[in-house]
Amino acid sequence: MAAKKLNIKDKYRLLTRDLDWDFSYEDRKDAFPYEEFEGLKITDWDKWEDPFRLTMDTYWKYQAEKEKKLYAIFDAFSQNDGHLNVSDPRYVNAIKLFLTGVSPLEYQAYQGFAHVGRQCGGVGARVACQMQALDELRHVQTQIHAMSHYNKFFDGLQEFSHQHDRVWYLSVPKSFFLDARSAGPFEFMVAIGFSFEYVLTNLLFVPFMSGAAHNGDMATVTFGFSAQSDEARHMTLGLEVIKFFLEQHEDNLPIVQKWIDKWFWRGTRLLSIVAMMMDYMLPNKVMSWKEAWEVYFEDAGGSLFKDLARYGIRMPKYSEVIEKEKEHVSHQAWWTFYTHGHATGFHTFIPSDEELDWLSEKYPDTFDKYYRPLWEMAKEKEAKGERFYTTGLPQLCQTCQIPMLFTEMDNPNQNSMRDTVYKGERYHFCSDGCCDIFEEEPEKYVQSWLPVHQIFQGNCGGPEMTDILSEYYKINVGADNMDMKGSPDEERWNKWKGTA
Amino acid sequence: MPVYALKPNYKGERMDRVENFGGNLIVYFGWDEHRMFCAAKAFPLPPSTPFAAVMENVLPEAFGQHPEFSQINWDTAEWLLNNEPFKPQMNATLESQGIDHKSLIRFKTPELKGYASAGV
Repeated sequence: MAAKKLNIKDKYRLLTRDLDWDFSYEDRKDAFPYEEFEGLKITDWDKWEDPFRLTMDTYWKYQAEKEKKLYAIFDAFSQNDGHLNVSDPRYVNAIKLFLTGVSPLEYQAYQGFAHVGRQCGGVGARVACQMQALDELRHVQTQIHAMSHYNKFFDGLQEFSHQHDRVWYLSVPKSFFLDARSAGPFEFMVAIGFSFEYVLTNLLFVPFMSGAAHNGDMATVTFGFSAQSDEARHMTLGLEVIKFFLEQHEDNLPIVQKWIDKWFWRGTRLLSIVAMMMDYMLPNKVMSWKEAWEVYFEDAGGSLFKDLARYGIRMPKYSEVIEKEKEHVSHQAWWTFYTHGHATGFHTFIPSDEELDWLSEKYPDTFDKYYRPLWEMAKEKEAKGERFYTTGLPQLCQTCQIPMLFTEMDNPNQNSMRDTVYKGERYHFCSDGCCDIFEEEPEKYVQSWLPVHQIFQGNCGGPEMTDILSEYYKINVGADNMDMKGSPDEERWNKWKGTA
Repeated sequence: MPVYALKPNYKGERMDRVENFGGNLIVYFGWDEHRMFCAAKAFPLPPSTPFAAVMENVLPEAFGQHPEFSQINWDTAEWLLNNEPFKPQMNATLESQGIDHKSLIRFKTPELKGYASAGV
């Protein structure tokens, strides 16, 4: 007799909720030891609504089909020398930043969701988190494969994983995820599931993917399309998490609000690299960072928070500061990378005259007044054969680990600096937002591995900077770093294109 | 609450204790309203360093690339040490004038408005 085929409803029940069991001789608290220390109250896991009624067998089948198509396109891209179709070799620097700064976060997201997928007491949430963990693991793999073709032809992609653990500016994304992963499971879900995947994903993932589309990078664009259905699921999970926590107990509101405030601030600081990528690194621009912020945060995020107001949730703390900073951060971040271009694993460059005009047009209130003079100065220096690379090492923020490059919004000429003393030691911050986060949990952030201080402690080799760059960071000095002008990347491109 | 941890009395390891810097202090220097330098700069310095050596070696190393650096009138420069007004004593050591580990020293040069008078 043929085995009876299960209907969808039965299959779903058997492969999700039915996987749970009651504890007869062990204490349930010992099985889920992470459930209580954050202070969140879960009264009834059965109230968890599965945001996507997917079972593992369907998941494998669907993903396998998607990836078969994806890899067929990667093969075609590679066989047809797809790298020659990008808009300009400067574009590849955005790919280098993505591979070293963002792809390893997919792996960290996998580790985080796998952990949470074990530690949540409710089986529905566990299954949803496990599937997201698998998505994230697939994403890091497919991203590496999508970009591996560029590694054959361009510098700066060969040590992305090593560099993620060591290079000064990569400590920013790395420590962001370590902060989330070392929190409890519920904070992690609000941090990554809600704040990052739901509120901010359109400002990270979408700009890189549409940047790829506008600049002829078919490999990355195809990855983006392939991941889209997964991302939609992640967003749904993020929203379900928030609603579930808030509906479980009224005491959860201040805790959830605190996490939203924290992770919104952490997220926007992290997005400074996306801001500069959009405004400076893409030869063919998609839209300005300011426009992206207005569309995806102020409009879309604004209506989300209006929706959440019925639970008592308000707009994230300091969103009025960020609204002003949208006029400034991309310029400040790219200037920082440009002036530290001797210590970056990708090439930096002065915007073309056309690009400078585009920036003036997109930022009428700030660009000509504050930022064009920086580039005029850089151009003057470059014309004299003195391309400007700044000396020394910058002061870093204890929380976000970004050089303290942000300025006061009531005086954009002056760097914003805050500090606090904890147990007799002084700590420095780029903003009130980062200072508040430290003060809420100083015992966590005293452990920040600040690259500048680590260098001075002698933990990164050296003392010569070139030794730190080449031996500790594994930057191929003279090829991966320095200006785009005169780089081996540029030289090879001109040869391929017959424009040498 | 100093931390939300699984176990009570969790203590983090302070990564940047002064003992970790081989006898040096970390001191940050910032030139206000001169954005050519994206942030203040960090230097490891022995606590016995006289301030005159800061003037002679550290500040030119940190900010000498700026065309206005050589024009600074140090008599009118306004100093802040950890947000408090400060008058550096040239012959005194860092330590003896209250500059401790991870101190931030800022100076303002009121006559100098930066490249193109734009705070650069």
